Amino acid sequence: MTLFLQVLANGLVLGGLYACIAAGFSLVWGVLNVINILHGSFIVLGAYVAYFAYVALGIHPFVSVVLAGGVLFVLGYLLQTGVINRVVGAPVLTTLILTFGLDLLLNNAMLVAFKADYRKINLANPLGVVDLGGVFLPLDRVAAMALALLLTGGLYWLLNASRVGRAIVAVRMDREAALLMGVDVPRIYAVTFGLGAVMAGAAGSLLALIFPISPLAGTLYLGKAFVVCVLGGLGSVTGAIVGGLALGVVESFSALVFGPEHALTVSFALLVMLLVVRPTGIVGRRGYE
Amino acid sequence: MAVATLAAVVVALPFVAGNYLIRLASFAMMYSVLALSWNFIGGLAGYPSFATAAFFGLGAYAGAIAQGHDVPIVLAWLAAGALAAIFAGGLGLALLHLRGHYFAIASLVVGEVLREIANTSTQLTGGGMGLNLPILRLGVTAQARLFYFVLAGLAALTLAASLLVDRHRLGVGLRAIQQNEDAASMVGIDATRYKTIAFVLSAAFVGAAGAAYASWVNYIEPADVFDVLLSVKPIVMVLLGGAGTMLGPVVGAMVFLALEELVWRNFLTIHAGLLGLIIVALIFFLPRGLLALDVRLLALNVRRRFARGRPA
Repeated sequence: MTLFLQVLANGLVLGGLYACIAAGFSLVWGVLNVINILHGSFIVLGAYVAYFAYVALGIHPFVSVVLAGGVLFVLGYLLQTGVINRVVGAPVLTTLILTFGLDLLLNNAMLVAFKADYRKINLANPLGVVDLGGVFLPLDRVAAMALALLLTGGLYWLLNASRVGRAIVAVRMDREAALLMGVDVPRIYAVTFGLGAVMAGAAGSLLALIFPISPLAGTLYLGKAFVVCVLGGLGSVTGAIVGGLALGVVESFSALVFGPEHALTVSFALLVMLLVVRPTGIVGRRGYE
Repeated sequence: MAVATLAAVVVALPFVAGNYLIRLASFAMMYSVLALSWNFIGGLAGYPSFATAAFFGLGAYAGAIAQGHDVPIVLAWLAAGALAAIFAGGLGLALLHLRGHYFAIASLVVGEVLREIANTSTQLTGGGMGLNLPILRLGVTAQARLFYFVLAGLAALTLAASLLVDRHRLGVGLRAIQQNEDAASMVGIDATRYKTIAFVLSAAFVGAAGAAYASWVNYIEPADVFDVLLSVKPIVMVLLGGAGTMLGPVVGAMVFLALEELVWRNFLTIHAGLLGLIIVALIFFLPRGLLALDVRLLALNVRRRFARGRPA
């Protein structure tokens, strides 16, 4: 029983982070209809910002979330206005190949700048591990998960309560109608892309605490984001949360049952099966919340 | 005739050029096969398939495992192509009802799943340690020439299939499906059947090419033959040359490989970034590919020259 609970706890902690990774990806996909292959590299960039902030200035990664978010919002906004905005209406292939090309560029830039060595943040004052009746919970990870869910919740609040957020939802629902209502659609696209980048950077900053950082890790996170989006349902924050937690738990249990080396295969096989059977995901429907 | 001179060049190349050029040309032929195959499902039918890597890797491993069990080499290649075709048929049943982004992702992920399966099935595929293939007892130059002709032959076969499909009702049907699938259905085109045939065609030659590649390099591993770039590069080549045209994929493959080799030789540390830059520039400046550009420029130049030659 304790093993079951431990595996479940591990899965949920991981799942919270996955939700944060996927929320931004899902937002961009849902609103701009662009699959942002750069998302993985954004996450890695966020992780690097957190790493260097900690090593050089001693800033705790939880605080770097804001820093990483800021840097990436600027990058995402500029990228969208400069490059991606020109192909927003284009067919799937064009946008996919374009973001793939941009990702190659960003990835190479990071490789040249930071080298491929794996870095890890080793906190000088770790929060330690708490023992809840046999279930061990590393507090740093739990805090990271809580913060990730908080950020995702913040995105949800932003989309529901602020003018910009409602404009984004409007553009998602019906672009022409939003134009008629006076929404500056190109600016909303840029803001959305920037927001997606912020979520990625923030997630990266949190992930820096748990996983080793390297430009080579970007594709892994992108793959996870894909699976979460399809699992939970595209275009909603609730979907990202549900999908993230579900994937975390599924991965945790499949590592127990099939062995950790098959965890990746299981999540991808799950993705393919879902795409065939229920592409809209668990919570998916048209419209964005 | 232009075709005859081209054919002569292709046949004569390995006897006049050094081993380096033969190797480059062999890669050009291989990528032509991949690009032409992708054109069936992506250029004609308009379904953005990223499954090329999956078919290539499947063919490579099928050929390698067959050769490991003493199957004659040519039979191994044919069997690999057949296996890839059958796999595509089955996969098509599952995936071809998806459209747009979902189809793209699903086809991409199939390659990833196959790669992970190859990675973990150590008994069958050697897992992460890779698989060795028997080396042919020929000299280096003779072997280089042999594989050049094999890949060139495969490319010629794929081109022939392309031209056949283009003139046949299948080509018309696929183009109709790309423009408006529902309308094509209503007009009486069996969309599911045509799409599946296109998908199978996009796999058969790629599978055989994978097996030939395995025999050529004598060592394969999952990360190498299931590389996502094997899916992306043919698409970029076709976009470069002109999607939906018959010679576009070949032109695109040649130009892209020439660019890539130049970049790789001169800017090793940043070659991936430069590749990305080329891709971005391609999307912006050549949206319909080189062949579309050529014709317009050519027409303009001809008209200009003709106008100047006229008496005042």
